[in-house]
Amino acid sequence: MDNSNVDKGRRRFLTAAATVVGGAGAAAGAVPFIATMAPSEKAKAIGAPVEVDISKLKPGERMIEKWQGKPIWILRRTQEMLDDIAAQDDAVSDPGSDASAQPEYAKNEYRAREDEYLVVIGICTHLGCSPSFVVKEGDNAPVEDWKGGFFCPCHGSRFDLAGRVFKGVPAPTNLVVPPYKFISPSRLVIGDDSEAV
Amino acid sequence: MADLGKQVVDGLVGVRDWVDDRFPLMKGWNEHLAKYYAPKNFNFWYFFGSLALLVLVIQILTGIWLTMNYKPSAEDAFASVEYIMRDVDWGWFIRYMHSTGASAFFVVIYLHMFRALLYGSYKKPRELLWLTGMALYLVLMGEAFFGYLLPWGQMSYWGAQVIISLFGALPIIGPDLSEWIRGDFVVSDVTLNRFFSFHVIAFPLLICGIVGAHILSLHEVGSNNPDGVEIKKNKNAEGIPLDGIPFHPYYTVKDIVGAIVFLIIFFTVVFFAPEMGGYFLEHANFMPADPFKTPEHIAPVWYFTPYYAILRAVPDQLGGVIAMGAAVMAFIFLPWLDRSPVKSSRYRGMNYRIALTLFVISFLILGWLGMQPVTPLFTWMARICGLIYFLFFILMPIYTAHDNDKAVPDRVK
Repeated sequence: MDNSNVDKGRRRFLTAAATVVGGAGAAAGAVPFIATMAPSEKAKAIGAPVEVDISKLKPGERMIEKWQGKPIWILRRTQEMLDDIAAQDDAVSDPGSDASAQPEYAKNEYRAREDEYLVVIGICTHLGCSPSFVVKEGDNAPVEDWKGGFFCPCHGSRFDLAGRVFKGVPAPTNLVVPPYKFISPSRLVIGDDSEAV
Repeated sequence: MADLGKQVVDGLVGVRDWVDDRFPLMKGWNEHLAKYYAPKNFNFWYFFGSLALLVLVIQILTGIWLTMNYKPSAEDAFASVEYIMRDVDWGWFIRYMHSTGASAFFVVIYLHMFRALLYGSYKKPRELLWLTGMALYLVLMGEAFFGYLLPWGQMSYWGAQVIISLFGALPIIGPDLSEWIRGDFVVSDVTLNRFFSFHVIAFPLLICGIVGAHILSLHEVGSNNPDGVEIKKNKNAEGIPLDGIPFHPYYTVKDIVGAIVFLIIFFTVVFFAPEMGGYFLEHANFMPADPFKTPEHIAPVWYFTPYYAILRAVPDQLGGVIAMGAAVMAFIFLPWLDRSPVKSSRYRGMNYRIALTLFVISFLILGWLGMQPVTPLFTWMARICGLIYFLFFILMPIYTAHDNDKAVPDRVK
């Protein structure tokens, strides 16, 4: 082939133009493929708020509900439990919950709207296992002088009865408090805190 | 009778020639088998490449047949696996071949990689061969991870939950990224369905493609050997390496012997110890997935435990994730970290031999530690072994550059 008459500038321009346009097309074409992997409308709908009846929950007991597919723990705390929480401020790594995730109304000593009820997402902030509820006088207390709380079997993280993480364990922050509100003294909505009383 | 035989042979040759005029049949046969000259001194360590190919074939075949009865939904998955095990004729056999094949794949691949460390097979001119091999290793890890979710047992579920949470630990993009991987707020039916898609089509396609590239680049540069001598340097008048022998029939026959021995061991496991005492099939996985209850003790399958031990040894969340990622990725840089002019450890000095020995020992100890519950002693052991693991790579440019290497012979011994 005779290449002597080739306009090299024009050839270069056409190559570059084709590459840029083709590349932009490929990038645009990738968008639906990436977007289709995000949570679908159905998955989001299952994440809708759930209403919980807590009238049968006795002091010191915990119940598990499901919201967004995640375990939600509701713990009804006794006065003794609340005192134990207050006594352990030095042992937890984020006592003021400054680095942790919770709605504004739960950013307090007991991490709750009402001191008596703890509502947290039961998933360890380390790598997503679900810790077990270990009571104060339990046989399987993870450490000596255990005042009750949550222990993650996966990597040994420990949390107190306000979901605050203890020092020296792998979990970086306190258990997450979901948005919630009381619609009556014995009824709770998890996943919605609008116009809360 | 003789005439008939001759006619049949002539007929077959005719067909072959007809195809050969339209497709590089004999060219490919010669380039990759009959006239591919491999070093004459291959030893035990050279079985594992062809064995990896054999295991790949086993996994693809058994996988296709498992897919005929498996149902990829959170509702049906666990029960469909039990259905395969109990009600489908020979279903248990197909499934145990597949589950044993997964572990066998990693046994073979780890020995194959060790061979490269032993004889310097990653060194120039085989850097790209090493990189395609590393790509295969990473894709294989993904393939194994996706496959492990499919039985939808407790270990499947919580293993996936922990591994996906690793991505969630990344700063800024982490939470959105892990949600995108799951396609839901937690590991769910959606996650199972997409992992099924990755496991049965996306990643197997990738593996087959990269295996093709791996073999093509091997046959372009030629095989290394236990002496680490380039056999292409000494050729006869016809251009055939003096220390080379045609792959077929010499090594095809050798590899068939290896395959038979391998299959004897493989089927001994399939028939007599498919769970391998909880190492190949973990006991917690005989319970259906329960998103509300994490098993008392969770550990990955044995082939991931060295990295898992490193993850747990680091007290910081993000630091642990980074250390684990770095431990996997470190192998990629070997061709450029190794400064020694000598390939084979047969002619290398004590520095590299000691370093490699320590590395292998710490890798094995880490693998054991990754299966154990966390205790302060084990955490410290993992930290020490993790340190040796990383020092093997980090200090390599120094100790290989100042090694008392021996003279490498010109020809294969």
